[in-house]
Amino acid sequence: MFEIVERQELAQGTIISNWIKAPKIAAKAKPGQFVILRANEKGERIPLTMADTDPEKGLINIIYMVIGKSTALFKTLQVGDSFLDVIGPLGAATHLEKVGKVICVGGGTGIAVLHPITRGLKDMGNHVFSVIGARSKELLIMEDRMKAVSDELMICTDDGTYGHKGFVTDKLKETLEKHKDIGLAVCIGPVPMMRACCNVTKEYNVHTLVSLNPIMVDGTGMCGCCRVRVGGQMKFACVDGPEFDGHQVDFDELNLRLRSYLPEEKVSYDQFKAAQGHQCTCGS
Amino acid sequence: MTEEVKAPKKEKIPRQKMPEQKPEVRRHNFDEVPLGYTPELAMKEAERCIQCKDPRCIPGCPVEVDIPGFIKLIKEGDFEGAIRKLWEKNALPAVCGRVCPQEVQCEGLCVIGKKDQPVAVGNLEKFAADYQRLHGRDVLPPKAAPTGKKVAVVGSGPAGLTVAGDLILKGHDVHIFEALHGPGGVLLYGIPEFRLPKAIVAAECNYLEKLGCTIEVNAVIGRSETVDELLERFDAVFLGVGAGLPMFLSIPGEHYIGVYSSNEYLTRSNLMKAYDFPNYDTPIVRGKNVATFGGGNVAMDSARTALRLGADHSYIIYRRSLEEMPARKEEIHHAEEEGVEFMFLTAPVRFLGTEDGFLTGVECLRMELGEPDASGRRRPVTIPGSEFVVEIDTAVISIGSNANPLLTKSTPGLVLNKWGNIVADPKTGKTMKPRVWAGGDIVTGAATVILAAGAGRIASNSIHDFLTYGW
Repeated sequence: MFEIVERQELAQGTIISNWIKAPKIAAKAKPGQFVILRANEKGERIPLTMADTDPEKGLINIIYMVIGKSTALFKTLQVGDSFLDVIGPLGAATHLEKVGKVICVGGGTGIAVLHPITRGLKDMGNHVFSVIGARSKELLIMEDRMKAVSDELMICTDDGTYGHKGFVTDKLKETLEKHKDIGLAVCIGPVPMMRACCNVTKEYNVHTLVSLNPIMVDGTGMCGCCRVRVGGQMKFACVDGPEFDGHQVDFDELNLRLRSYLPEEKVSYDQFKAAQGHQCTCGS
Repeated sequence: MTEEVKAPKKEKIPRQKMPEQKPEVRRHNFDEVPLGYTPELAMKEAERCIQCKDPRCIPGCPVEVDIPGFIKLIKEGDFEGAIRKLWEKNALPAVCGRVCPQEVQCEGLCVIGKKDQPVAVGNLEKFAADYQRLHGRDVLPPKAAPTGKKVAVVGSGPAGLTVAGDLILKGHDVHIFEALHGPGGVLLYGIPEFRLPKAIVAAECNYLEKLGCTIEVNAVIGRSETVDELLERFDAVFLGVGAGLPMFLSIPGEHYIGVYSSNEYLTRSNLMKAYDFPNYDTPIVRGKNVATFGGGNVAMDSARTALRLGADHSYIIYRRSLEEMPARKEEIHHAEEEGVEFMFLTAPVRFLGTEDGFLTGVECLRMELGEPDASGRRRPVTIPGSEFVVEIDTAVISIGSNANPLLTKSTPGLVLNKWGNIVADPKTGKTMKPRVWAGGDIVTGAATVILAAGAGRIASNSIHDFLTYGW
């Protein structure tokens, strides 16, 4: 059993942060790696990239958006409650090296995934520009934590309620234009955002890492559910990734496979909401 | 005995048929197909064994169970004695009684089988194990005095469980590491409930825990801990991690929604219990027209699972013919009885799908058999212009597994062959890395449960020698 020792609701309760007791994982985890969690005996195995770890206290930090039955179930877990299973660290760690100037771009809960990578790059002695974005101010997460690991932090909101009004790609482009010597971009967020970022960095010929979140089952390379096309080749995100060269990723295929179980997910979520009594903030 | 007073010829007992669920019933449920022998049936079948002085069946068993020995005890009604006899050589009798290919092992060599049907060794083994589980006293085999030696077993499939069962009885401390959230490996995630109920896998694992083995789940060796780290804490390490990297067809359209590897399809259904969605949270595409590609036991399991998930048509598409099919006869027979439709000499060319990515069909080519290839089977050759489309909404690719590199990549000193399998001495299971043994699919490539168990037996003997005598 893996106990939750700290819990926060972010972005008006749509995003949840948990610090979970998992000493073995905390001791081993490196930036870019993920864990698989299961709430209870009937639960799905949900992969989430770690936002942070505290090896001394034996804790890992996960930050997730509530989007369906499983994450809604996770949300019901309070401090003192436990996940039945936490498996990890899984996936390949980010290859961190000194490049000189780097830019880290995060959108939505992608910022959580981006955070330890940004810190790792900063610790290697890179000059780090960071761009984080959300639909509006209330939905933006981890501003302070990203500020602490960046040399320069830029904020974008779609509706202009905070920072630059517009997409993260605006600031990405602006920064690449200003600093022609940026050698690496790390862009993590929703698929359309990562695709848009890659289109920008391609123009400037800047090597770009993205972290992919396909549907997974075992997370150890055994089932092939998380197969993605990278450079025309089939790769398994759970063992070959989750990070890949963004300029090589087939985002169309990824997007399509992410929609595999939309009808089933709706059935499952509706049933859960009915059983819980409707208490989410979707307004319906 | 003189010529005149010949003993009256004993009435020949026919092989006792295993009662089974009827095909039209069982194709709609996940309950086990064979219902099991009653004690009467088992004792009657046991009488058929003539207790050969030099039994041929034993050498046919990869773990060398004393087959006439346990059958004699069943015949005498000593069912507890029978299970104890089985446990001497086999930690997994309830599993092996169900999934071993007895027809090419013990039963294939049975003398009775020369003129009549062989003694039903598998059914009797299953009976002894089930009787013990359901009605038996809480007995355990005797254990040797503790040696103080510690062994890490990586992977809780048939190879690992056999090593664990052997070494715990010899007095060593055994710690099993399993990457998934439940123990059993392929017995849990791969073989369906209707062929191997998960309660039985749990009982076999529970038996090992009662003997004193520690089973740690959610432990992905290679990631959560390396083999070198295990070697700091343990005197010996056994690697039985399975093959576990699914092969795909490498044809266009494998990304469509509804295309699965058999590993994924079966893992969703078996381990995650997606057949009980939405009571369980993990979904699975419940296709009306399902095609499984491949001809092995795993393909049969997938095609039969598809029927139970509600398919109207469950096809097996295989590029060779029935004779070349590597699946057990019994599995093919069960699949046929349940209504699985076989399309032989047919090879997929590409998958077809809708714009939003849903699978709608597979384009195939007809094949004919040419000259034998390296495997000795006649090589299938395509017939040009024979393209046709099979309408399907689910595809299960079941053409085998490669070696999963997750553990081997993180273990310096292991020597791998060109396919990525671990090189291990077939006589001892020793790898090229000191104090590390390996066995099962990660060494041989995808094979059977009992061959993995046999490899486990070989390794456990060698590990015991090493821990006892230092070699």
